[in-house]
Amino acid sequence: MSMLEKISFAACITVALSTGAMADDKNGLGSKVGLGQPITEADIKPWDITILPDGTNLPAGSGTAALGAKLFSEKGCIACHGEGGTGGSNGAVITDIPLAGRGIEATKTIKNFWSNPTTVFDFIRRAMPWNAPRTLSDDEVYALTAFILEGNKLIPPGTVMDAKSLPQVKMPNKDGFIIKFPDRI
Amino acid sequence: MTKKNDITALDEVAGNGLLSRRLLLRGGVAMAGAASTLVATHGASAEPLKEPEWSRYQGTTVEAMGRRTKHEKDTARILTNPKGEPRTQHARTPHHLLNGQITPNHLHFTILHNGIPDIDPEQHKLVIHGMVKQPIVLSMDRLMRYPMVTRQTFIECGGNSAALFSNEPVQANLQSLHGLVSNAEWTGVPLSAVLDEVGIDPKAKWMLVEGADTAAITRSVPLKKALDDAILVLFQNGERLMAEQGYPVRLLLPGWEGNMNIKYVRRIKIVDQPALTYYEARNYSPLLPDAKAYRFFFVNEVKSFITHPSFGMKLNEPGYYEISGIAYSGAGRIERVQVTADGGRTWADAAVQGPTMHKAFTRFTIPWRWNGQPAVLSSRAVDDGGNIQPTRDEFVRERGVTQKPVTNPFGFPNQHYNSLTSWGINAKGEISHVYA
Repeated sequence: MSMLEKISFAACITVALSTGAMADDKNGLGSKVGLGQPITEADIKPWDITILPDGTNLPAGSGTAALGAKLFSEKGCIACHGEGGTGGSNGAVITDIPLAGRGIEATKTIKNFWSNPTTVFDFIRRAMPWNAPRTLSDDEVYALTAFILEGNKLIPPGTVMDAKSLPQVKMPNKDGFIIKFPDRI
Repeated sequence: MTKKNDITALDEVAGNGLLSRRLLLRGGVAMAGAASTLVATHGASAEPLKEPEWSRYQGTTVEAMGRRTKHEKDTARILTNPKGEPRTQHARTPHHLLNGQITPNHLHFTILHNGIPDIDPEQHKLVIHGMVKQPIVLSMDRLMRYPMVTRQTFIECGGNSAALFSNEPVQANLQSLHGLVSNAEWTGVPLSAVLDEVGIDPKAKWMLVEGADTAAITRSVPLKKALDDAILVLFQNGERLMAEQGYPVRLLLPGWEGNMNIKYVRRIKIVDQPALTYYEARNYSPLLPDAKAYRFFFVNEVKSFITHPSFGMKLNEPGYYEISGIAYSGAGRIERVQVTADGGRTWADAAVQGPTMHKAFTRFTIPWRWNGQPAVLSSRAVDDGGNIQPTRDEFVRERGVTQKPVTNPFGFPNQHYNSLTSWGINAKGEISHVYA
């Protein structure tokens, strides 16, 4: 190695160490691609709809089963879930079918299977009504959630569902699950 | 024909006429089969040859988009909801009519819960936020400038093969039973390259990935997988993604449950806990016989099935046939496939098409001489992690079966079936679905 080569080699090492790019420089670009455009969480808000099981991201607002029952008829929910949510082409949302004793053919229902009440709110707001998802107000989603939970006797009559009360609802099958691949998490 | 190409009893490597895969390497096996059985069966000579009609005139005009011959019009997917009624639509791949390892784009299986969205790539945006130093948004134009990788991998619905949870074998063809898995060459941007630049909080463990489809389908994915081999896919077998596969951008999680490979990706949120969205909390938490259920059944475990011959085909005469099928594992590379022709009494190693690839289809073949007597064909695969495809008994013991026979082959009595598939052949050469 000539003196000139030694100097430039040392310079390369210095640059690499100073940017910290050497170890994970998979693409040989020397640094991150950096084409992402910065954006604020405030500007992402309209899309940020996922609710976490601990209640993170639940919006302001509230609702009760009485209003929920009315909405359930008005918004066309009965077309797929039946009158009062007790049947229909896409399954009952209010039912007492047990999970145990039916082997793998048991019908998974909100009451006998779902582990988290937040899933009810998240899915209604995200995907319902089927033909017009994400058109319900947050109050309406809370009301429909209350209607389903109360109908399933998971909350006492008249309980107001909001960001504080919803994550507290106890689901009967909460401990019914075995993590299949814990080492992959 | 030299003597070494003749099939003899010595070439039988397992019961009921399975022949050494070395015959494939030696060459001339089909000729040998013809010499020893077909000619003997038929005797009469072929007709004298004539110039066919289609060889004598100019053919039709070449079009901008290539077209399949009308003689193969039956090579199509089976649809469960052809009128697009307000429920899920499934399209199943006809593996019994295909060969090789790549699924052509128009025959790749797909499931859509609210139809195919029509997304303008110039307006579509992908946002990455949550527990990061700097949230970012990417246009498709920008995303296309990132370094890309290409790999083959299969995608399999968690509900593929669900009819085999039936206590009695459902009499349906391969496409109906196993059509919710396909294999393609995917090209796109490694997700790690994009996540690199947002600065992930070390306390984060999961990401929520959400589509721009009507139902905004969302799944929780461990960051471990995201940073391992996840790809934001832009191309499918060399061309831009099919609309039904998630155009303009789809998440690819090689080897993992199809539903997690979110289509039309518009948002990735970095978080510290899984969301337990509808699909992970309900559909893809498979029930066990004791009313417990598996949760986060990410991996499509090692599996294989014979595509040729299979249900609905008929063996018209005894003699030489090639048994051929597909093997794959969401945990690695296929190392070995064994085939039986006597319902599992004896097994022989099939030839495995190389080079084998991680989490991709591997075609296997083995020569077979059918003696015209009843036979039961089945295959079992082993991957490079030592995972062995479970026998039916082993599988049923852990995962259970229905109490009543399943009547609808397209229903989903449970999820994640990876045990054996067996084809029973009677003396007439007719093939049914059996449990062996």
